[in-house]
Amino acid sequence: MEEEKAHIVPYRTFLIVLAGLIALTLISVAVTQIALGTFTIGMALLIATIKSSFVLGIFMHLKFENKLYTVVVIAVIVLIASVIIITLMDYIYR
Amino acid sequence: MSIRTDITEPSYLEYKGKYKGIFSWIFSTDHKRIGLLYLFSILIFFAIGATIGLLMKFELIAPGKTVMEATTYNAFFTLHGIVMIFAVVIPGLPAVFGNFLLPIMIGARDVAFPRLNLLSWYLYVAGVTMVVISQFAGQGPPDTGWTFYAPYSFRTTGNMLPAVFGAFLLGFSSILTGLNFLVTIHRMRAPGMKWLRMPLFPWALYATAWVQLLATPIIGITLLMVVAERTLHIGFFDPSLGGDPLLYQHLFWTYSHPAVYIMILPAMGAISDIMATFSHKKIFGYNFMVVSSLAIAFVGYFVWGHHMFTSGMSGTALYTFSLLTFLVAIPSAIKVFNWISTMHQASIDLKTPFYWAIAFIFVFMVGGFSGLILGSLAANVHLHNTHFVVAHFHFIVFGGTGFAFFGAMHYWFPKITGKMYDARWANIGLVLTFIGFITLYGPMFYLGFEGMPRRYYDYDEVFHAGNILSTMGSWVLYSGLAIVIINLIASVKGGSKAPADPWGGKTLEWTIPSPPPVENFEEIPEISSGPYDYK
Amino acid sequence: MTAETHRDDLASKTGMWLFLFTEMLLFGGLFVVYAVYRYRNATAFHLAASELSVFVGTVNTIILLISSATIAMSITAIQLKNKKLALLLLTLTLLLGMAFLVNKYFEWGHHITEHIYPGSAVLALRGQGDILFYGLYFFMTGLHALHIIIGLAFIGVVGIKIVRGKIASDNYVLLENSGLYWHLVDLIWIFLFPLFYLIT
Repeated sequence: MEEEKAHIVPYRTFLIVLAGLIALTLISVAVTQIALGTFTIGMALLIATIKSSFVLGIFMHLKFENKLYTVVVIAVIVLIASVIIITLMDYIYR
Repeated sequence: MSIRTDITEPSYLEYKGKYKGIFSWIFSTDHKRIGLLYLFSILIFFAIGATIGLLMKFELIAPGKTVMEATTYNAFFTLHGIVMIFAVVIPGLPAVFGNFLLPIMIGARDVAFPRLNLLSWYLYVAGVTMVVISQFAGQGPPDTGWTFYAPYSFRTTGNMLPAVFGAFLLGFSSILTGLNFLVTIHRMRAPGMKWLRMPLFPWALYATAWVQLLATPIIGITLLMVVAERTLHIGFFDPSLGGDPLLYQHLFWTYSHPAVYIMILPAMGAISDIMATFSHKKIFGYNFMVVSSLAIAFVGYFVWGHHMFTSGMSGTALYTFSLLTFLVAIPSAIKVFNWISTMHQASIDLKTPFYWAIAFIFVFMVGGFSGLILGSLAANVHLHNTHFVVAHFHFIVFGGTGFAFFGAMHYWFPKITGKMYDARWANIGLVLTFIGFITLYGPMFYLGFEGMPRRYYDYDEVFHAGNILSTMGSWVLYSGLAIVIINLIASVKGGSKAPADPWGGKTLEWTIPSPPPVENFEEIPEISSGPYDYK
Repeated sequence: MTAETHRDDLASKTGMWLFLFTEMLLFGGLFVVYAVYRYRNATAFHLAASELSVFVGTVNTIILLISSATIAMSITAIQLKNKKLALLLLTLTLLLGMAFLVNKYFEWGHHITEHIYPGSAVLALRGQGDILFYGLYFFMTGLHALHIIIGLAFIGVVGIKIVRGKIASDNYVLLENSGLYWHLVDLIWIFLFPLFYLIT
């Protein structure tokens, strides 16, 4: 099977993404020091999700791979979330 | 596709490679040999599990103590469950027939990761060894049932850790097999074998592999939590520390329900192939068969709560799970309809594999209908933890996966061994097995409905007659199975030579010699049509 | 003995992704437990979280993020035939991973000297919410640390193969796979961090 020329990500890209990730980390720390009640955890998880999408997309190369990989990764995440939500359905409504 | 007659290369059985004797088997990375290693191990544990079942039924022939104490009975039903579920039925069809046939049926020379495949078998052996050890070491065999429910599983003095660790290793084996099959099917199909030209057995293995991959880790982590509970008193399932035993049940069944689809999907795939071949007709509704396999795998992920209807879940959880349980039955029903439609106006070849397929359809339907009864909330209150449940899952797991396994054994026996089995003894064995099966498990529906609980070594005198009938059924079943298996073993040596295509099958395995050469195909075939290309 | 070994890098990478899914599901089970017990003991979790050092947690998060960047860059280096740089970046990744573990050691040590660990008498005297919080904390960060150790071992093996020339610009899928595994370990921490340190 022939090898097409592999996609090379420039060092710069990784460093820029890293800077963004560190910034997001510090933002999440700052934001959660403010008492937002029940939204604190939501905000923190939202930022975590944004960070994850950068790690998945750039560091793990998903952005440059066949779209099918991204679809399956999202499907697995949705699966885990569904199991959590359905289980919580028991606890919330007891 | 014509059948080559000029191949002189040795079969995979005769091949002489780097290792000699037993080492040429236990160090082999040939998918065909690995399939047989699994077959050998699985048959041994099936015999162990079946013998324990026989003894359990003998204890139940009369109320009160018959041959064993209650504690022994508890250990027996635990071991019976662990062995049958984790060591026989879950690996079952994928590990034996998936390993042997999948690469051949898609036109490949082996699976994607042959060494990982061998590692899967090593993990299997390590896992069953741990299970055996759990019987003899420490303070006595586990007595929690194969479900290891908290809080008893972290309080009992029985040997939980080796059993739990064994189950963990067996799960890891299953995960790696699923991973291997997924990559194999994605990357190694022969040129021209588009997805919708793949036969239904590989499709079934594909759907199953996703479940193996994505469900099994949940039981892995749950078992680790049980270990943490037992050793560190971590508190996840201990009410005195704030934990909820029901959460254990949620986590356990989040895997163990999809696990039953790991058991049944490959069985359905094998039945589809057997149906097509012996009807000499393309399977009815091929596309629907593909979609229904994927649908079962998907929807099956969300019904686990139906094992917990009486445990104390919220009302919302109850009716959500009940509704989803009814939905997951629909694709299975589609499959039954399609198998029967395949037979309609077909030119049927009455051979042993076909008889197993017919028997499968009957018992699978009984098992399936009883599942719907159990899935109804009101009925479940009455039937949960009774022998009705025991009847349901034996009809659907033993009758379903088990009968399909024996059907597959006979169907692919000529290809695997290069010999024909003795059909007369095969059919005698089948008839005895079937009669024994119905006699053993049929009465349990009635006994359960009348209130006889499961996992009790004693029962009320009013259940006595049904139990006598059931136990006698176990003797007939056991004899039937013995005949079936001994016949196959004897036929390996004494059977007549099998041609490449004894049944007139149209899938790729029938185009290569029986038994196959090491590399399966002289040349990788080019596929230009769908499977089951009957005129 | 099998067919002549054919090389399929895409199969190799796909296999690694599939394995990562199993790891996601493995930790997923623990997130289920976290979600349930946090729901039932919201206040206790909130208070117990304030006993963890946000500073150490943040430092550790940044350490892992940098180590993810370094291993990603090592792949670029290998693709550009810069073996020295690839090895340097890989070594950095290893050192950062070890720094994470050292931090964890001190963090855990601090709790253990105060007799707060699963099954301890001191912990048992605190409320059920605390017991569950710390149970989850030790179990999840412990399992995560185990995966860091496995990841470091994997990276070590890859480093040796680069030195020996077994991994180079024309054959580096093993490096990519070790990177994928390491990124997963980073991803898990990206979620563990807010769930244990930032819910004050």
